[in-house]
Amino acid sequence: MIKKSIIVITGFICIWQLIVYIFKLPDYLLPGPFEVFHSIWLYRGLLCSQAWPTIFETLIGLCFGIILGASMSLSMILFRPVRYWMMPVLILSQAIPTFVFAPLLVIWLGYGLSSKVAVTIFALFFPVASAFFDGLMRTKIGWLDLAETMEGNRWRKVWFIRIPAALPAFASGIKVATAWAPMAAVIGEWVGASKGLGYLMLNANARLDINLVFATLVVLVAFSLTLFFIVDMLLKLLIPWVNEV
Amino acid sequence: MIKVCRKNNVLVPDLDISQAYMRYKNKTIFKNLSLSLPGGQWTCLLGTSGVGKSTLLRMIAGVLTDDDFKRESDECCIGNITASDGISLKGRVAYMAQSDLLMPWCSALENVLLGCKLRGQKTRKNIEKAKGLLNMVELEDSAKLKPSSLSGGMRQRVALARTLMENKPIVLMDEPFSALDAITRYKLRNLAAKLLKNCMVLLVTHDPMEALRLGDNIKIMCGSPAKIIDFEDIPKTPIPRNSDDMAVIALYGKVLKIMEAKV
Repeated sequence: MIKKSIIVITGFICIWQLIVYIFKLPDYLLPGPFEVFHSIWLYRGLLCSQAWPTIFETLIGLCFGIILGASMSLSMILFRPVRYWMMPVLILSQAIPTFVFAPLLVIWLGYGLSSKVAVTIFALFFPVASAFFDGLMRTKIGWLDLAETMEGNRWRKVWFIRIPAALPAFASGIKVATAWAPMAAVIGEWVGASKGLGYLMLNANARLDINLVFATLVVLVAFSLTLFFIVDMLLKLLIPWVNEV
Repeated sequence: MIKVCRKNNVLVPDLDISQAYMRYKNKTIFKNLSLSLPGGQWTCLLGTSGVGKSTLLRMIAGVLTDDDFKRESDECCIGNITASDGISLKGRVAYMAQSDLLMPWCSALENVLLGCKLRGQKTRKNIEKAKGLLNMVELEDSAKLKPSSLSGGMRQRVALARTLMENKPIVLMDEPFSALDAITRYKLRNLAAKLLKNCMVLLVTHDPMEALRLGDNIKIMCGSPAKIIDFEDIPKTPIPRNSDDMAVIALYGKVLKIMEAKV
């Protein structure tokens, strides 16, 4: 997988350079890969210092978003009234574009870390909750029948059977959330921040420093891809029974 | 008079089911169904696919839920399921399905211990007992393996060990051997017959040969709505009967004719 990705990325960079060369695109529209990598090297200190806030916001938002989503699914499975009243809330919360709330969250929580984390959590908890809940509901009937004849109480049935059986579905929810998390953090920064890669990008854009914009973009993409690969690998290690449920 | 059969000091009652009624997807599956199952013997319930025998089995096991009858027109009345000793059936039933129902995230030993885990009884004694049962089904080397590393026959043997671990007087089996190849099926049938002696076993099957080889009593479920027909001519030999037993072969055609006639 890693080899394939490296080949694809290299191919992409070559096509990028070709496009710039063939169409003779000006620097302020689309700099070539060499200019961008040169900018990354030039601004490496700045990019490093601004990357940490974004990475931090993404990871904390991802963790808490997953925890919130998982807790909602579990309480919906364990308690029927919660399931009854929470379903419309869950669905409605996704009919509203999450990022519409970003400015509100910045007003309420300020320019600091918490508003970005809040935007990330808000954007992520639904894919996680929905995937995990689906998995929990779709436990094989045969297993539930077996547990019924073995007189397990409700909590043990959920712990020993429903949850492990639902983990593959939970994993795909987590993967969707991981793909969204960096973008959610960056959008939070666009709305109102004083540091971070999103803030840097907007700032550089305003000053027409397109090289820096692209440099920031490349760093962001590199971070997202690395995060996704790590999470994917971790999930494969922890949940190897994906194909058998 | 209560017929008392004891198996490992567990009372094995007769089961009597009457007035069972089920309606599903606008069709009456069965109505006023009666069935009586003698304790300490194997009863084979024969029937074609879709006649409702698996649902009847689930009903006896007590695992039907509201989700099975979601439509307005669906209805289920469990009727009277009574044991001859008067004690409720809850917790006295072990269930074995067509698929092995092994948890892919647990080893074979953990799977055998599923019942203990669910009841919070995972003690050292039970672990030793589970290991012993795996020995009995000839899987002592596979205790730590996950189901994905086991063949179909081995997995069904783990399921059999799990059923034995439950040590329940009533064992309900829903075509547990039908997904296996012929030789494995033959071996497993003999093993099950040996290890589940003296239990009250209800084996649902669509294979008349299996019923004739393993049934102390044979009941045929056919028609729509389904009715139960007692098959009277059981061979006198004890189970498991040989497949070259003349009585078994002679009766095979007769059983098939009955099943065919009522479809």
